[in-house]
Amino acid sequence: MDRLRLATVWLGGCSGCHMSFLDLDEWLLELAARVDLVYSPIVDHKVYPDNVDLCLIEGAVANHDNLELVHRIRERTHVLVSFGDCAVTGNVTAMRNPLRKTEPVLKRAYVELADVLPRIPAEPGIVPTLLDRVAAVHEIVPVEYYLPGCPPPAERIRTLLSQLVEGREPRLNGGLIKPG
Amino acid sequence: MAAKTLTIDGQMVGAAEDQTILEAARDAGIHIPTLCHLEGVQDVGACRLCLVEVTGINKLLPACVTKVTEGWEVRTSSERLQRYRRMVVELLFAERNHVCAVCVANGHCELQNLAVSVGMDHVRFDYQHPRLDVDLSHRLFGMDHNRCVLCTRCVRTCWYIEGAGTLNVAGRGEKSKIITDLNAPWGDSTTCTSCGKCVMACPTGALFYRGVTVAEMERDRGHLEYIVTAREKKQWIV
Repeated sequence: MDRLRLATVWLGGCSGCHMSFLDLDEWLLELAARVDLVYSPIVDHKVYPDNVDLCLIEGAVANHDNLELVHRIRERTHVLVSFGDCAVTGNVTAMRNPLRKTEPVLKRAYVELADVLPRIPAEPGIVPTLLDRVAAVHEIVPVEYYLPGCPPPAERIRTLLSQLVEGREPRLNGGLIKPG
Repeated sequence: MAAKTLTIDGQMVGAAEDQTILEAARDAGIHIPTLCHLEGVQDVGACRLCLVEVTGINKLLPACVTKVTEGWEVRTSSERLQRYRRMVVELLFAERNHVCAVCVANGHCELQNLAVSVGMDHVRFDYQHPRLDVDLSHRLFGMDHNRCVLCTRCVRTCWYIEGAGTLNVAGRGEKSKIITDLNAPWGDSTTCTSCGKCVMACPTGALFYRGVTVAEMERDRGHLEYIVTAREKKQWIV
């Protein structure tokens, strides 16, 4: 049987969803036997490859790098999963949206609360600029499945992944779609 | 009192003539989802989650404010109703800033539970992300407009159970908001008795006890019903 080409990405989020993914513990060994992890914050691939079967996207689309990457992911991936509340709803990452602009957020973080060298970081080509409006992933590109939770508990991740790896139409219902 | 006979989801149901479809359904063990309804507080049909279909009537009827009628065939969970209910819940989530992960009511929230029960795994409408305030001027309670669904349970509780008339609704449409007195800070209210019944009535994290943090806001949902039953029927049933 062909091994599933799996990717995971970390956009505007806290990496808590990936921590929860690691909480799958020994089931990760079973998963590793069924998939090739072709791109992820926990492996060392620099470029998102072509022809990926399944990608878990953690985090909201918060800056121009995220935006570019999420389009590239969509082009190169068969099945996308919004992985966790930031990807599904915007969640904490989108709490700056009522301010409508990035300037008050950056000023608060890097000027008003700075202990040393108060200045708004601006390094074109190195530090990606923020989007004025943080978006859930499906607001930018179509998404096949949703895995809510902050973070989604490991058991919930396993339920979805095992269904997808076995080629079944995934079903998450009852408490498994609870946000928060 | 005269009895009425009707069917709900194909089940023959007998009900007293002053009962609503919601009450008759619950007596028959049929669950209809609600949000603005709270036992002990009078109904207004604001949230539209309890809409049901009745054969021969072209529009959907809110079960909480519709009295039973002889011979009606009521359907509570058709595919269309389920679709509309999910839509209603999605619109509530899109309208304000419901960030479950950092909400005082996380894990004890009626809106969050509804999201699960209607199968909402994501919201298909654009999030509005309005800029809204949190009123922390009251000594004991807080009001977070970001979490408010405008169900008016708190308003009805304040007027009809406590009789204080502190809380009210101001504005229209998306500008609607719960106010205290004539839109003064809650802490400056001259009518609020600080009874806390509004906090007990709130389905979400919009009203809370000061000092609680994420997921700590639990309430005794039966307490208002207990007070009303004691007052009206002189029955002190816990």
